[in-house]
Amino acid sequence: MTANLFFNLTWLIPLFPLAAFAIIVLWTNRNQLLSTWVAWIGIGLAWILGWLIFWLAGYHAKYLTAPVENFPVPLFSIPTGSTELQVGFQVDTLTGLMLFMVPFVCLMIFIYSKGYMNYGTKAVDSRYSRFFAYISLFACGMLGLVVSDNLVTLLIFWEVMGLCSYLLIGFWFEKKYADPNRITPKQAGLKAFLTTRIGDILMLAGMLLLYTQTGTLTFKEIFSSEVLEKLATTYAFGQVPWATVIAILIFGGAVGKSAQFPLHIWLPDAMEGPTPVSALIHAATMVSAGVYLVARIIPLFVAVEGGTQLAVVAFIGAFTALFSGTMAIAQNDIKRVLAYSTISQLGFMFAALGIGAYVAAVFHLITHAFFKALLFLGSGSVIHGVEHGHHHTAHEGHGHESPEGDLRGGEFDANDMMNMGGLLRRMPATGWAFIVGALALTGIFPWAGFWSKDEILADAWNAFMHGTEFGVAKFWPIFVWAMLIVAALLTAFYTARLVFLTFAGRPRTEAAHHAPESVPSMTWPLIILAIFSTFLGLFGMPWASQVYNLLGKYSTILGEHIPHGEFNALVAGISLFVAALGWLFGWLLYGRKPLAAAVDPLEKPLGPVYTLFKNRYYIDQIYQKVIIRPVIGLASAAYAFDDRIVIDPIVDGVGRFGRWLSEFLKKAVDNPIVDGAVNGVGRATAWSGEFMRATQTGQIQNYLLVAVVTVLLLLILFIVRS
Amino acid sequence: MQVPLSWYLVVAAALFCIGLYGVLSRRNAIGILMGVELMLNAVNVNLIAFWRYVEVVQASVAGQVFAIIVITVAAAEAAVGLALIIAIYRSRRTVDVTEADQLKL
Repeated sequence: MTANLFFNLTWLIPLFPLAAFAIIVLWTNRNQLLSTWVAWIGIGLAWILGWLIFWLAGYHAKYLTAPVENFPVPLFSIPTGSTELQVGFQVDTLTGLMLFMVPFVCLMIFIYSKGYMNYGTKAVDSRYSRFFAYISLFACGMLGLVVSDNLVTLLIFWEVMGLCSYLLIGFWFEKKYADPNRITPKQAGLKAFLTTRIGDILMLAGMLLLYTQTGTLTFKEIFSSEVLEKLATTYAFGQVPWATVIAILIFGGAVGKSAQFPLHIWLPDAMEGPTPVSALIHAATMVSAGVYLVARIIPLFVAVEGGTQLAVVAFIGAFTALFSGTMAIAQNDIKRVLAYSTISQLGFMFAALGIGAYVAAVFHLITHAFFKALLFLGSGSVIHGVEHGHHHTAHEGHGHESPEGDLRGGEFDANDMMNMGGLLRRMPATGWAFIVGALALTGIFPWAGFWSKDEILADAWNAFMHGTEFGVAKFWPIFVWAMLIVAALLTAFYTARLVFLTFAGRPRTEAAHHAPESVPSMTWPLIILAIFSTFLGLFGMPWASQVYNLLGKYSTILGEHIPHGEFNALVAGISLFVAALGWLFGWLLYGRKPLAAAVDPLEKPLGPVYTLFKNRYYIDQIYQKVIIRPVIGLASAAYAFDDRIVIDPIVDGVGRFGRWLSEFLKKAVDNPIVDGAVNGVGRATAWSGEFMRATQTGQIQNYLLVAVVTVLLLLILFIVRS
Repeated sequence: MQVPLSWYLVVAAALFCIGLYGVLSRRNAIGILMGVELMLNAVNVNLIAFWRYVEVVQASVAGQVFAIIVITVAAAEAAVGLALIIAIYRSRRTVDVTEADQLKL
């Protein structure tokens, strides 16, 4: 069967970018053009094969019965004590959907990166080839993650992405800022790595518990009804079944990776990396991995009726959606606004998963990846343009340059929206594409975000009205709904603020005034992504949802449970109204009249609340005080205990005593006795040799004399004795 | 009157000592060789004297045979010794035994 043939090739998808990584690192890194093409071809092949498999998976989902939909193909097995760990890949409709999104968005970003890293100009990045190698490896991680059929390889690829994230956030590791409080790329990379590591530890703990309870980590085996039944009916402690404990622990990993509260702090700082990285990792793919993971193991979450695990997911998601929305409205860095919006949108997805709106969550994951990649690439294009404008003005030395350069003084920050304004006229392609992305993000009809966000809200509303089949308490759906409605309002508001501050009005700096449009390799991906952001939503229209058709039969366990996203005019109306309200507020504050000074008009009326938002609720500082300082203190104490006070002195003391003892033995025993004996033997031999030498005259008469004397002596002795 | 055995023994001992002295003190190789001959002949005197005076062995001819063997050996020894001396003389142009000390090498 041809379909099976292609499914059997699924494991090649992550290998293409991996091969590209290896080729660039080992051979082509001196040739920038060749490296670019190697990376493009690697991801391009993955894209072609990915889409092929996506279409085939969709085709089979319609016609095949449920159990056949999983195509787990074992590649090899690793012996683990008494059992064997089967390592392989699988294709189902969820994987298919991810394969639709991931390689395509990656391809767009790869193409964009060529222009962004200034290929062919004097400003080309000194580590240009390395950048392409890293993003190829990253793509390998994400693609490997979605095709894995077990948690072990999933975790491996998960960590590959963590590593790439660290490498790419800190890509400009030599960069330093004049302001010592501003985080440098190097620190941001470390922060991302360590913060996600906390989640990963929880996830690993969950996996180990799962393995000890079930003896398997393969999805197909975990999701068999006996295993789920066992997990749901055996209790870890009290009345808490294992399924709940394991689900919450693995969700911890997703919280770290998807930057949910309380591990969200790394994502905004991750914006120190190059912008394609922000688009690739911190919007479209890596942070989606957390959502994907929860979607993948959702049978574990619904195994226990009314368990707390779903409530935890719903609460964290809804809370994060609202919480990070508030922080976004007070940020001036264009990328940070988008970062907070990403956290917020991921919160939407988790909230949806938490109330069982599985299809809506995955649908939003897909659409969000497209429009958030678009927004990030757009912002990158803007930043790039403003940087060029800044260089232009600096070199030309315009006389009428505003004396400060930057309105607020200090070093020029091309990310700061206060330094922009009026860019729509300067960069029309970027600007219009960005506005399309903004409309999609805020959920304006008929852009993609409207359909997916509306489906989440409708599912929440329906779950409240009719109850869910997962035994989720009725409180959670309405809580999620209310939080998400407010979050949607905030989304629209800060997005409008972003758009008006960046593109509307007049340029507020000379740099913005001279910002050129970006090169075609940057604008074309924007345009393509804008087209997708516009039309993608139509595949998930509630009354003809292709996404539902694909995912509805995800597995036998979920088949009958998944709620069909019914269209609810009231909910859709409310969400549209809220979004429009957000845009209206945004326009009133930032768009109606140009900003006079670089002061946010919100700053005065909100007062201390604005400061709180701007400083991100001081969470970083609180972590610094409550967690990091004690940890460092503990570490220094342990270090002192180990190195200076107890352990090392003991070790040193033992060493010094041994040394002293051996010195003593050397002087007392070795030198006089042993050495003396050895030397004495030698000396005695030499002396006796010298002595005896005199008797050896070589004169036969002497020898004869000796013989005679000896005989005489013997004779005398003989006579005397007898 | 019959000469007592002790006289023969004294003569033989004297001869032996003279020969030994010659062997140990002469520097001329030929002199040493002559000393050796003296010692051998002193032994011969002893052998014959003991044969003649000790009744147990008088019946046989052992003493005379011994003496004749010793004389034969002495002749052979003289021949070999003189040949060695000639060889040394040819190579070193001297018969002084203090010069021939290669044994210590």
